[in-house]
Amino acid sequence: MNAPLESPPAVAETRNTTCYMCACRCGIRVHLKNGEVRYIEGNPEHPLNKGVICAKGASGIMKQYSPARLTRPLRRKAGAERGAGEFEPISWDEAFSIMEERLRKIRSTDPKKFALFTGRDQMQALTGMFARQFGTPNYAAHGGFCSVNMAAGMIYTIGGSFWEFGGPDLDRAKLFVMIGTAEDHHSNPLKIAISKFKRRGGRFISVNPVRTGYSAIADEWVPIRPGTDGALLLALTHEILNTGLYDRAFLARYSNAGYLINTDPASPEQGMPVCSGATAKGDNPEHRHDQLWWDRLSGRAVPNHTPGADPALLGAYRLDDGTPVKPAFQLLLERVKEYTPEWAEGITGIPAARIRRLAHEMGITARDQRIELPIAWTDSWGQEHDTVTGNPVAFHAMRGLAAHSNGFQTVRALAVLMSVLGTIDRPGGFRHKAPFPRAIPPMAKPPKGPEAVQPDTPLAGLALGWPAGPDDLSIDADGGPLRIDKAFSWEYPLAVHGMMHNVITNAWRGDPYRIDTLMIFMANMAWNSTMNTVEVRKMLNDRDEQGEYKIPFLIVCDAFQSEMTAFADLVLPDTTYLERHDVMSMLDRPISEFDGPVDSVRIPVLPPKGECKPFQEVLIELGTRLKFPAFTDKEGARKYRDYPDFIVNFETEPGSGIGFLAGWRGRGGEKAMVGEPNPRQWAMYEKNNCVFHHVLPRSYQYMRNWNQGYHEWAQRTRVRRYTDPIVIQIYSEVLQKFRMAAEGRGPSKRRPPEHLRERLMIYCDPLPFYYAPLEVQATDTARYPLAAITQRPMAMYHSWDSQNAWLRQIHAHNYLFINEKTATSLGIADDDWIWVESMHGRVRCMCRVSEAVEPGTVWTWNAIGKAQGAWGLAPDANEAQRGFLLNHVIAEELPAAEGRRMSNSDPVTGQAGWYDVRVRIRKAAADEPAETSPQFAPLPAAPGTGRVRKLWQAFVAGKGEFK
Amino acid sequence: MNPAFSVVFLTTLIGAGQGLVLGLFVVEARAAAGLLAAPSTTLYVAGCVLALLLLAAGLLASFFHLGHPERAWRAAAMWRTSWLSREVIVLPAFMAAVTVYGWAHWQGLPGTLWIGGLAAALCLALFLCTGMIYACIRFLQEWATPLTLVNFTLIGCASGVVLLTALAAALGEPLVEVVGAWALGLTVAGLVTRSAALWRNARLKPRSTLQTAIGVKHPRIVQKAQGFMGGSFNTREFFHGRGPGTLRAVKWLFIIAGFVLPLLLLAGGLAVSSPALLWLAVLLQFAGLTAERWFFFAQANHPQNLYYQAVS
Amino acid sequence: MTQLALVIDLNVCVGCHACVTSCKEWNTSGEAGFMSDDNPYDRDPTGTFFNRVQTFEVGEFPNTQTVHFPKSCLHCEDPPCVPVCPTGASYKRPEDGIVLVDYDKCIGCKYCSWACPYGVRELDEHQKVMKKCTLCVDRITDTRLPEAERKPACVLACPTSARLYGDIHDEESVVSKAIREAAGYTLMPEWGTQPANHYLPRRKTEMRIHEDELERADNPLKIDGRKPKPGLRDPSLDDVTSW
Repeated sequence: MNAPLESPPAVAETRNTTCYMCACRCGIRVHLKNGEVRYIEGNPEHPLNKGVICAKGASGIMKQYSPARLTRPLRRKAGAERGAGEFEPISWDEAFSIMEERLRKIRSTDPKKFALFTGRDQMQALTGMFARQFGTPNYAAHGGFCSVNMAAGMIYTIGGSFWEFGGPDLDRAKLFVMIGTAEDHHSNPLKIAISKFKRRGGRFISVNPVRTGYSAIADEWVPIRPGTDGALLLALTHEILNTGLYDRAFLARYSNAGYLINTDPASPEQGMPVCSGATAKGDNPEHRHDQLWWDRLSGRAVPNHTPGADPALLGAYRLDDGTPVKPAFQLLLERVKEYTPEWAEGITGIPAARIRRLAHEMGITARDQRIELPIAWTDSWGQEHDTVTGNPVAFHAMRGLAAHSNGFQTVRALAVLMSVLGTIDRPGGFRHKAPFPRAIPPMAKPPKGPEAVQPDTPLAGLALGWPAGPDDLSIDADGGPLRIDKAFSWEYPLAVHGMMHNVITNAWRGDPYRIDTLMIFMANMAWNSTMNTVEVRKMLNDRDEQGEYKIPFLIVCDAFQSEMTAFADLVLPDTTYLERHDVMSMLDRPISEFDGPVDSVRIPVLPPKGECKPFQEVLIELGTRLKFPAFTDKEGARKYRDYPDFIVNFETEPGSGIGFLAGWRGRGGEKAMVGEPNPRQWAMYEKNNCVFHHVLPRSYQYMRNWNQGYHEWAQRTRVRRYTDPIVIQIYSEVLQKFRMAAEGRGPSKRRPPEHLRERLMIYCDPLPFYYAPLEVQATDTARYPLAAITQRPMAMYHSWDSQNAWLRQIHAHNYLFINEKTATSLGIADDDWIWVESMHGRVRCMCRVSEAVEPGTVWTWNAIGKAQGAWGLAPDANEAQRGFLLNHVIAEELPAAEGRRMSNSDPVTGQAGWYDVRVRIRKAAADEPAETSPQFAPLPAAPGTGRVRKLWQAFVAGKGEFK
Repeated sequence: MNPAFSVVFLTTLIGAGQGLVLGLFVVEARAAAGLLAAPSTTLYVAGCVLALLLLAAGLLASFFHLGHPERAWRAAAMWRTSWLSREVIVLPAFMAAVTVYGWAHWQGLPGTLWIGGLAAALCLALFLCTGMIYACIRFLQEWATPLTLVNFTLIGCASGVVLLTALAAALGEPLVEVVGAWALGLTVAGLVTRSAALWRNARLKPRSTLQTAIGVKHPRIVQKAQGFMGGSFNTREFFHGRGPGTLRAVKWLFIIAGFVLPLLLLAGGLAVSSPALLWLAVLLQFAGLTAERWFFFAQANHPQNLYYQAVS
Repeated sequence: MTQLALVIDLNVCVGCHACVTSCKEWNTSGEAGFMSDDNPYDRDPTGTFFNRVQTFEVGEFPNTQTVHFPKSCLHCEDPPCVPVCPTGASYKRPEDGIVLVDYDKCIGCKYCSWACPYGVRELDEHQKVMKKCTLCVDRITDTRLPEAERKPACVLACPTSARLYGDIHDEESVVSKAIREAAGYTLMPEWGTQPANHYLPRRKTEMRIHEDELERADNPLKIDGRKPKPGLRDPSLDDVTSW
């Protein structure tokens, strides 16, 4: 450091692209020196991260140059067992021939025998399209085992959700309540927002069994028992309703709180809103808008939003025809009557007085710190407003709330609480991000039955969609599931992101049927992405009586040698994010801001390593070879040269003007959102920091569920087909329809099988309610008293980074954190080896005593443990010897009841119940080996990966040592 | 601290060498004053050669401590501020003086007393420098005491004079009993002052605490993660990684092997005029004092360790 | 005289380690490089970092604080590591107060690290010289960079802006204001090292609720008839007494 700056510039070239070290998708500037990455920094001109970068993003160099990278297509060696990781390299031509032959046969006979499931990808619009064009319903990304309860619970309630679809407006909030672990999505923007919020003196309350991550800087930490958030939320709602702290005007006008619900037990329509039959407002044929209010001013029933009327929210009324009715809000009040803070105290462990105070803080802040913005807008019913009002109480939750089998109703309870406080798409509360809000439910529907699947024909319907009632389920004539994962069946009717966690078990068991080829992209289903890891690994390698694999063919595409690639018959080497084109598309999960739609792209900064090929190119090549209509013309000739060409020129329908990218459309790039393909679109993105940001007029930025101007804009730009209002579903008509089918009535002719009727009647409750998670109900909690959960370390996202030489120094192995008093009562101290046992399995790991965890909970960092030899690590690496997965003690299925096996999932959405497991802990014997258990045979280095591990290395860009 | 054997050997070896030279000078001075029968030239020459060997061995050991020994010459640069730099200057100067001292005796040159006086002054300066290297680090409270200087000096002198005694006995010098008495006295004195340091250090209250380290005022602060899991320079350099039991054992080892047993062997060796017993005392004491120096480093609790206590 | 420094706001630090790896990334290929990693893919990976984020638990359940604590060289105004250096490799730049190591002069004797109470110097095991935070001196003084980017890598990276950067001797600088207004403090003040880097403590926002805020005239329960006014004909004292 004696003579800084005497050397030539450290950086020769700088290129913009988008990060992919996690799902956050920050803009980055990649500096190169002699073709090697010198430095990756946040792009200050990017709307998402505004120049900041996280630990992972700043470690991209070590991901790029990891010795775990796959560089050649690989075929399992003849005679080698799956999981042994023994491969021979083959050419891409060979790989494509193998796939083409196999998939063509499946497609021309029974397309559903091909299943495509993807992990942490950001190209669901393309992968979903591939599956649809193939004609298989068996497609999903990893949402089902991630946070589908969050998406479904909120979208079915307010038409939008946390996740990429919306978030807390911390710029204007005064009180911020974060519930459960939420460090993994939208992380940099949230970090930026939380710090600004705190600096401005905002009050931050964190509800979480564990105090780590963002909770660390909360003004108040409210420790709660895992899986009981629903009880807390309902008790808060109880208190807010009973003290009159709800936003009456908001509920009356913008929710269905005032809709009159038929309460006549003798009526076949009992439980449904009563409709006037008058011409429905709005233009959406699939959504009625003629429900009745009880106008408290005139004392009679009127169609909702009748000018001059004000709906009664409470009370019981009788219609002219004698039908007894109650406003939905009255039913909510009755629902939460039992949910007193005292009741919740016994379940959550939070003192009743504290719950009351929290409710008062929320209600009083919402009411007394009200924001009025001088923004004129017109609502869907034509009323003009001079201002936009905000109640500055913001919430945020993700996986901590979602990953329970009671998560859907819990998230519903959260959405209802947020609505009751009047915080939906208003300043300081929850704000949507384009293309949200959507209709409730969104219009996309899954295939309705076996007739949707035909040889050599695209699927009728989208593989994933949003059922509005039993008629939208994917079931056969007997009510059996159409999909391999049983999503959209009577078992999991609103499994809107699929149920990847059950695919392998179901396919192995042949329930509902056997499949032929399973293609997995970027998901570690033989390790941290699966529950019941030990058994699932056996299933992947299991054969039937004829000696055939029960899952006959496994294709895995990944950039790194993972535990899963070891099981593949065919391994496809993917590129890293620095070597590929990508789109963060409006058709998928764009990176929109509160103020308008934003989409972005990745542009390759480096050439692909070895023979690596982006998965998109694989799909387009396969789709072209198989002559999918989307990829070939009428003569069967190739339509798109490659992925970049496809992105520019693909339109959802010929001439629709809707494509993957919304920016710089039209021949010369003069149009936004809709327009003809622009051959120079990539270049224009590249010139504009790889991002397109369309800022809406201020009057379209709020109240978008009911904002006429916004809806007209959205219709013009084809973001929405219809302009009807999106009314908050305090009371869920969709759920009521499923419940009525279970009761043997209702508009749908479909009826669930007998054994599922009671389940549907209980869990498809149109009002949020609390129940103990299914796994907990099935556990002897006296034997297994402790809840075991994981948290997300911010420096190590999912399992993506154990191959990263810098990040693994921060998290090399993991411990089980146990409350100090709990540990003392078990005779356990720091660094002791302990057994963690659930009714499904056990792991041996090390203990770390903590004061920052609730006494009934134990926790560890997620996905630090690795199998020996995976991810380019030495077999004796800390990850394998001292790291462990909690997955070993979590089952993908509940214990069989009456011979039937059900997924360990939410009964409504199929969300994997990761955080429901109950365990007991005992000290390992002194003579046991000091290593985690279970252990697996070490994986050899696959051909094409870095075979020789360096004893030490020193990265200096530009020397060519790491290329 | 994590004792580095390079530094352990450096300080023990040069300490003995310094003690030896200082002993020779005092012998010569007292002889010149007529208080002592003058010893043979051989004693001076052999003593200086032995001392030089010890000093050279110490110097050699010190090179193993350096990342870049080829640049060691640079270390003389900062003598205005750095005790280490001063040591780097004084040690060779002292060695040169010893060389001249021994050579002068060998050649029978006049003025050896003056040369010896210069060597003795450099010797004391070297004790000062070496001691101050440790004593000047004020937050290493175990070291930041005059006792460090006193101990380095007395222990060095004791080991050097025990060696002188054995040497004198081996050469059949009549002054062996006088020097032996000094050796006994110095070893007892070393034991006393070293014990005083142990007594003091056992009662030290660390000025730095987790509270001052991170600036949070709360009686209960526990580190959960130091920020990395596979160790770092900071976990390797500043903590020996051994339990309190080991430290206790080493403490008693050096008290017994470094002081008590050498005293007994010295007394016995002098009483029965057995050079073998005296040489045994030398060897045992040197081993014991190596343990003493290891303990000196190991016992020093660096406040930086407050930051490096736990992984998770 | 200028004294550049970082001020780290523990009130917003979420412990994400962005500063840790962005520092490594910038510096390993920069003027301060390299920063070696031993056992990068083996047991006990360990490497040179200039900046670490640590985690402390304060208090007992349920009144526990989790404190994330980033730590790098504090660039002391009276740095004990400088005078002890025998070669002058360890020095404090007079123009901006940054404490640096001249790798060409460093002999790797580690004495400076002994003389640092904060444990922020690391000997690179392969370059064999002492390394430490340079405050990205090769960024902040590089006039080829745009003004806004002449900041340490960790400061630019930090998602919560928990790392402020500036001259603590300039009363009007963002760091001086933060120290003054948010009770900035230094580490181990007992040694008189006068660290230039400061820390801002946790601050707590609380809400006071007054009884009467729960009982308001505009309570919607009145509209919805749950707090009804008594009917005019309901019994009252008027019916029974005449005084």
